[in-house]
Amino acid sequence: MAENPRTARPLSPFVTIYRWQVTMAASITHRVTGVALSAGTVLLAWWLIAAASGPESYALFQKAAANPVGWVVLFGFVWSLMFHFLNGIRHLAWDLGYGFAVPTANRTGVLVYALSVLFAVGIFAWAFHHAGIVP
Amino acid sequence: MSMETPLHRVQGLGPAHSGTQHFWRQRITAVALIPLTVWFVISALAFVGAPGFAVDTFFQHPMNAALMGIFVVILLYHMVIGLQSVIDDYAHSDGWKIVLLLLSRAFAIVVGVASIIALLRIAIA
Repeated sequence: MAENPRTARPLSPFVTIYRWQVTMAASITHRVTGVALSAGTVLLAWWLIAAASGPESYALFQKAAANPVGWVVLFGFVWSLMFHFLNGIRHLAWDLGYGFAVPTANRTGVLVYALSVLFAVGIFAWAFHHAGIVP
Repeated sequence: MSMETPLHRVQGLGPAHSGTQHFWRQRITAVALIPLTVWFVISALAFVGAPGFAVDTFFQHPMNAALMGIFVVILLYHMVIGLQSVIDDYAHSDGWKIVLLLLSRAFAIVVGVASIIALLRIAIA
């Protein structure tokens, strides 16, 4: 076990010592996607500024979005939004006192991961189809 | 035995000096963001591959401009509270904590002001 360097007393168990569970993973993912979405607000502002600044600026924004790097960034943004949105609803249900039983919390955790991927892939499939990239 | 002074206990504001205000406002903004996010995602999907004037036409409708303005402000407020909880957890010195809290607020103000001005330029043009 790790030692506290100043007092030589043992530290309390750190994250690396625990068996991974879906509830802790979802909690960490909620925080990580929240921070990622914070950075993503820059994209939202860029989109609005580009639309306000005329056709050339907007074309530049679209050029940045419509290539493999843009797709990866946008997919990350969309999936983060879907996860944070769905897991946020899970958190609000807990605040109201619902879904605290361990089997329920595990099931809703898995459900949030599955639905967030499904929604993000669905949105991208729709967008790719709409933009004519895939038939 | 409580180490709190009677005054501190009766104020009920705890060690962060703001009580449950952040907890409550985080939930209020979260609930407001549920319909706003659904509206935004569905609206934004229509702009995929569309030219810029499609976005301009959309936001020239006062209802859409108003909803977008409300969305941006509540989103950034929710973001500031969330980032503060992360900073409170991981910034172990008061100096770093103050610097990061100010930076996160400055970031929110810059993104918010830039978005609102862009929105007004579209809406009024």
